[in-house]
Amino acid sequence: MPKLVTVPVNKELQGRVFPPTTPYLVGREKVREFSRAVFAQSPLNHDPEAARAAGYTDVVAPPTFAVVIQEAGLALLLAAPDTGIDFSRIVHGEQKFTYTRQIVAGDELTAILTVTSIKSLGGNDMITAETAISDSTGNHVVTATSVLVMRGTE
Amino acid sequence: MSDLVVGQELITGKVTLTRFSLVRYAGASGDFNPIHYRDDVAESVGLPGVLAHGMLTMGLAVQPVIDWMGDRGDLVEYGVRFTRPVVVDGNGGVTVTVTAKVGAIEEDVTRIDLVVSAANQTVLGKSQVRVKLHQ
Repeated sequence: MPKLVTVPVNKELQGRVFPPTTPYLVGREKVREFSRAVFAQSPLNHDPEAARAAGYTDVVAPPTFAVVIQEAGLALLLAAPDTGIDFSRIVHGEQKFTYTRQIVAGDELTAILTVTSIKSLGGNDMITAETAISDSTGNHVVTATSVLVMRGTE
Repeated sequence: MSDLVVGQELITGKVTLTRFSLVRYAGASGDFNPIHYRDDVAESVGLPGVLAHGMLTMGLAVQPVIDWMGDRGDLVEYGVRFTRPVVVDGNGGVTVTVTAKVGAIEEDVTRIDLVVSAANQTVLGKSQVRVKLHQ
């Protein structure tokens, strides 16, 4: 019987910086829609007047909204031809957000993904991807860090 | 700066997730992986049932802390490990509970630890929120 050979994740990916994603314009209705989906009920997430009264320019996105922007960065990683990543074996292991400020409607956000670490652990490969998200003035808003686990095969 | 003590329970929360919640989150987030709404697909890849998006669980779990904090502080960091899947029954759904406690007080940053459970099992590990409370 032929032995299955698993292609591991390309270790040379570590340190690779992907090009900036196409700017994402955060819409007010998208913030409201996402807020409903994560059970965020604060007026800051839904009511522009309440948000302005609290010092924001428009409705505030919930803390995990940055995942939508991160996704565009991860799409570049997963589409790259030489990574050895098999999407069907990928599990989301960990997620972290580090904030400079909260995202608000009207922000135009660009993400730059860097693969910061590739580790093998117990037959699995762990890929850590850090996505730095900045606004249209180039100022940092939030960094989204994902650990993707690629399960080994038998 | 604050009268918080390590171990103090700050707030709890409870959310019932149904298939409707999953479809709504799929649309809002753009994550249309069918394991989050199709029993046949979930079964074909060996899952115990249709699962909630990990990012949905992460997203709802922080809300009690955000509500507790209000305008008294700023969010600095939020991270979790996805340790167990949240199976969402097609009829009754599943209830996710959150308990937020003070985990550590580190100079000007307060670490709040979340215990997030569904069906009597914790589903997120190392679920930590760091906030900077105003003086």
